Amino acid sequence: MSLAVLDFEKPLYEKIDELDRLRAKDKPTSADALRLRTLEGEIEQLRREIYGGLTPIQRIKIARHMARPRSLDYVQYLFSGWTEVHGDRGFADDQACLAGYARFDDVPCAVIGQQKGKDTKENLARNFGMMHPEGYRKALRIMRNAVKFDMPIFVFIDTPGAYPGIGAEERGQAEAIARNLLEMARMPVPILCTVIGEGASGGALGIGVGDRLLMLENSWYCVISPEGCASILFRDASHAPRAAEALKLTGPDLVAQGIVDEVIPEPPGGAHRDFETTAKNIQEALRRHFAELQHKDGPTLVEERYQRYRRMGVFEE
Amino acid sequence: MPWYKKPQFTALKPRPAAQQPHKVPDGLWHRCPACLAILYMRDFVANLRVCTQCGFHEKLSSKERIEMLVDEGSFQETDATVRALDPLGFSDSQPYTRRLESTRKKTGLMDAVRTGMATIGGQRVSLAVMDFAFIGGSMGSVVGEKVTRAIERAIGERTPMLTVVTSGGARMQESTYSLMQMAKTSAALARLDDARLPHIVILTNPSTAGVMASYGSLGDVIIGEPDALIGFAGPRVIEQTIKQTLPRGFQRSEFVKEHGFLDMVCPRSELRDTVERLLSLLSGPARETTEESPASASGNGHASARAKRTGTTPPAAAKRPAGLKPKASARRKKA
Repeated sequence: MSLAVLDFEKPLYEKIDELDRLRAKDKPTSADALRLRTLEGEIEQLRREIYGGLTPIQRIKIARHMARPRSLDYVQYLFSGWTEVHGDRGFADDQACLAGYARFDDVPCAVIGQQKGKDTKENLARNFGMMHPEGYRKALRIMRNAVKFDMPIFVFIDTPGAYPGIGAEERGQAEAIARNLLEMARMPVPILCTVIGEGASGGALGIGVGDRLLMLENSWYCVISPEGCASILFRDASHAPRAAEALKLTGPDLVAQGIVDEVIPEPPGGAHRDFETTAKNIQEALRRHFAELQHKDGPTLVEERYQRYRRMGVFEE
Repeated sequence: MPWYKKPQFTALKPRPAAQQPHKVPDGLWHRCPACLAILYMRDFVANLRVCTQCGFHEKLSSKERIEMLVDEGSFQETDATVRALDPLGFSDSQPYTRRLESTRKKTGLMDAVRTGMATIGGQRVSLAVMDFAFIGGSMGSVVGEKVTRAIERAIGERTPMLTVVTSGGARMQESTYSLMQMAKTSAALARLDDARLPHIVILTNPSTAGVMASYGSLGDVIIGEPDALIGFAGPRVIEQTIKQTLPRGFQRSEFVKEHGFLDMVCPRSELRDTVERLLSLLSGPARETTEESPASASGNGHASARAKRTGTTPPAAAKRPAGLKPKASARRKKA
């Protein structure tokens, strides 16, 4: 098995390895054949047991898996004519932020995403998907062009948070995110956002205001990472599993809260076990939601988007 | 006893540190946490809770803040009965519902923001004033809703919006609901912007995280109080990330202004006049113009044309109440 196996998957992959060994035997005995049959049944049952009842922290582990498909993988699968562009025209090009133009089923569109690396080297270049202010401003620049040329915007969210560093503060991380929230709220084009991995706080929301919010099954979206929450509220980051439960940050939780529109299913084990199926599922969902938005005029989109966020929140009076 | 052994002086043993009376009695004296000067409480309060010795700006409650900013008796609170619920059944060291209940009792506040309408120098404004005493001024559903309503009220009544920020960020106990309040308030400010009404923001110590990544950074004019902590990530998070100690003054008002994200740093003693002046400059025709004055026809023409464009009428002149002007010594000494 070339892909790293997560701790809770170990019992399953031990059996799968055993199965592979038995199948590879030149001269299997009758006992082997019997074992093969029972193994297959056991594997199926384990698969159902493990992936059928994933806890929030287990889903987060899948969402953070090094082999998990990144924004660029999906962009190349879902769009044609992908043309990446760079820079915020002010300070730099933030490689944690993916931006460009492409076609979605022949419709020209703008694509924004957060890009993590596939290995340590790329992760350093991509800053682990943590954007700086220039990343948010680059995204805004491309989205403004989308408005100018009346194109829908597709957003792929995958970030452990906006980068907390000296340079980011000096260049106005808070202002960059806030500006995007304000401008995205009034862009008269369809905006469809999909959380494909991690959706941490303002860093995710900073490119994530739109008409639809979809989430892959093994992704999370929250005001803070479970580790951050645990270290602040429980005084110990090792309480992250407890915080992950309490924060209600998985897709089904957020659908129930009226924040997320739909959870996109992943194959058993997660997107990295079967990229193609995952990408097809995303494509199907995006097509369906885009068809609902495509022919709405600008003022309607902006009004409906306003009401969408206006409703969010729970209080009494 | 021989004379030379007799102690000439009575030795005074210093008391162990723990026994030293470090607490000043409540209500009478105030010890400045910055310069450790002991101040007579009445002077300190009269000076808008700014240290008369070193100029340190102590936190103000929302009540005090409203009193120092608006015309006396003009504040009319709105949405005072909006209460937080516990939609997620959240519990950390104590259940969220119990935390809310005890904080309400302790502070006498319903949540971390008070909103309403008031006049400043006779000019009507919609007001949102945060209060750090309520769970660190954190923004949950109630703060988001009340700020949004205040912005919508400004749009409905065509008045400027004035926001005073003090906040540690979004309220974790309401999780993603809190995050969504950033989008909600910012969307409302987009409408205020479309309506061409001014948003004035005052950032006080501390103003960080979720509130700064939304309405706190979205003022047409952003004013910082001296030496306030202003930023996105908290200093501890940054230190943990970069594994270095941060330079002195990092994320303080003067630093933020230097980097271009604050319009001005304004001592508390001058805040009210500054806001009043800004309101008169940004919210309509020149206030000095009279109904008919052919002598100043050009200025008047401009004013009335602008009034026609924006649908505003000149605000009625009002006298500012006496007794609110702080002492000159409230001005912060230059370091």
